[in-house]
Amino acid sequence: MAKYVIVGASAAGIGAIEAIRKIDPTGSISIITEEYCVDYSRPMISDLVSGKADLEKMKCRADSFWIENKVDTRLSKKAVKADFAEKTVTLEDGEKISYEKLLLATGGKPFVPKIEGQEKEGVFTFTTMAEAQRLAKRIDENQSKSAVVIGAGLIGISVTEALVKRGLKVTVVELQEKILSLLLDSKASEIVEAVIKKAGVNFATGQSVQKIVGKPDNENVVGGVVLTKGEHVPCDVVVVAIGVIPRTELVAGTEIKINRGIVVDNFMQTNVPDVYASGDVAEAYDFILDQNRLLPLWPLAVLEGKVAGYNMAGKKTAYEGGTNMSSLKYFGIPIVSIGNTNPNPDDTTLETLVKLDAENDVYKKLVFKNNVIVGITLVNCIDRAGILFNLMKKKVNVKKFKHDLLRDDFSWAVLPVSLQRKMSVIQ
Amino acid sequence: MGCGLCEIYCAVAHSKSKDLVKAYNTEKTKPISRIRREVSKPISFAIQCRHCQDAPCVTACLAGAMTKDEKTGLVTHNKEKCIGCWTCVMVCPYGAIIMDKEGKVVTKCDLCQGLEEPACVANCPNEALIFKEVKT
Repeated sequence: MAKYVIVGASAAGIGAIEAIRKIDPTGSISIITEEYCVDYSRPMISDLVSGKADLEKMKCRADSFWIENKVDTRLSKKAVKADFAEKTVTLEDGEKISYEKLLLATGGKPFVPKIEGQEKEGVFTFTTMAEAQRLAKRIDENQSKSAVVIGAGLIGISVTEALVKRGLKVTVVELQEKILSLLLDSKASEIVEAVIKKAGVNFATGQSVQKIVGKPDNENVVGGVVLTKGEHVPCDVVVVAIGVIPRTELVAGTEIKINRGIVVDNFMQTNVPDVYASGDVAEAYDFILDQNRLLPLWPLAVLEGKVAGYNMAGKKTAYEGGTNMSSLKYFGIPIVSIGNTNPNPDDTTLETLVKLDAENDVYKKLVFKNNVIVGITLVNCIDRAGILFNLMKKKVNVKKFKHDLLRDDFSWAVLPVSLQRKMSVIQ
Repeated sequence: MGCGLCEIYCAVAHSKSKDLVKAYNTEKTKPISRIRREVSKPISFAIQCRHCQDAPCVTACLAGAMTKDEKTGLVTHNKEKCIGCWTCVMVCPYGAIIMDKEGKVVTKCDLCQGLEEPACVANCPNEALIFKEVKT
């Protein structure tokens, strides 16, 4: 019996614990995770492979966090059943934990399409610590020299950088015509692609992998891939990094409403009383699209978890919403991409301002709708990006000074004084 | 006035030697100011971390490098844990988090822990910067 039961001990789970403890210092919390370690920063698994971080550095909360917050952590335990009538969660070993409030923070799992030869030794996905460790071990033990990464999104580019740092020759295969297509417009994508190519990475865009083939002397071990256009790319490992899909299996077939992810309201509550969902498994509010959708991003998962936690503990709190937003550090090129960065050119309600310094790969693009920022792209000029994000989030009308937002010396001081006063209220 | 002394004294206060001449001339890593003089004539003022109540940088940090001390209110950045992912830069509403591009981490105001008064305040010649506790 626990007052609060949380399934999943990553970003959303942590956010929830922190919020619950602000309201309810003593109510019992149990957190269930099938992983053997509690809480590590998932975006950092690429740093584990590159050797930049170890498990200790990857812990995003100190070990004392779990003790101080009096959390009953159930490691290496898998929740297999949720019963909403008797309000229990059943673990694989048969134990039943009853709850008053339940948070589903089960996250996402890698999406792996059917590819011929995917059962061969040397094919990896890349979303958990265990997978990252297996990949690193494989590279060490087999002295792998080359890799094919399928997918040029956030995960694909992060693992590519890690592999390059380990000295592997990497080919990235991407179905779209450009890399980071969900984040960047053509210009930004082109700049980044050129930088990554300079690091020795090959790109095969507009293609996918037809099949994974074995080594000449061992059919069961990855020896290369054949691309859809017929090219054969030899490699020692294949990393499938196409994306993540919500892990809804715990509640599939129950009365919980699932669209692509678990459907929640503005309080992160599902359609079942006392059951909440947050993070990659949930469809939360996107304030740019003005609708709920999957947004599998770490900072949003923490935020959503916090909202769920407050509501579970009895403090009615609405989620302000997030949007597609990422900052990237890979290959030494800082990028910020928020909201609608790929505006439809036929949409006459949108206005776009662009500034490009091609020589220095500096690119800034802002998209406006009714004089409110709805899209931000910053390449190699991300300093003070948060000021723009805040104007976007607060839907500030920037009609009178929108051109100033692109200035090289843009800062708080550039904003109109009346706005400075209004916005200087501490968060 | 926009004299920029706050930047100088901040950088020195966070340097190894805490000595202005040594900090700028001989120290290997050049000192970085955590306060910034923002200028758009005729306006100029200094901005540093506001130590927000519900700090967006703390929520957003991928690495647990940014923490809020609930007792003191201080938002602290742990350089050892920072991975330079720039997520805090993306969400700080004041643009107050500084990118240390060389170190590939961020840095920010720590209100000069250990000093009686932050160095920027102590050395502001025009008393434009003051240090006081406010209820939020």
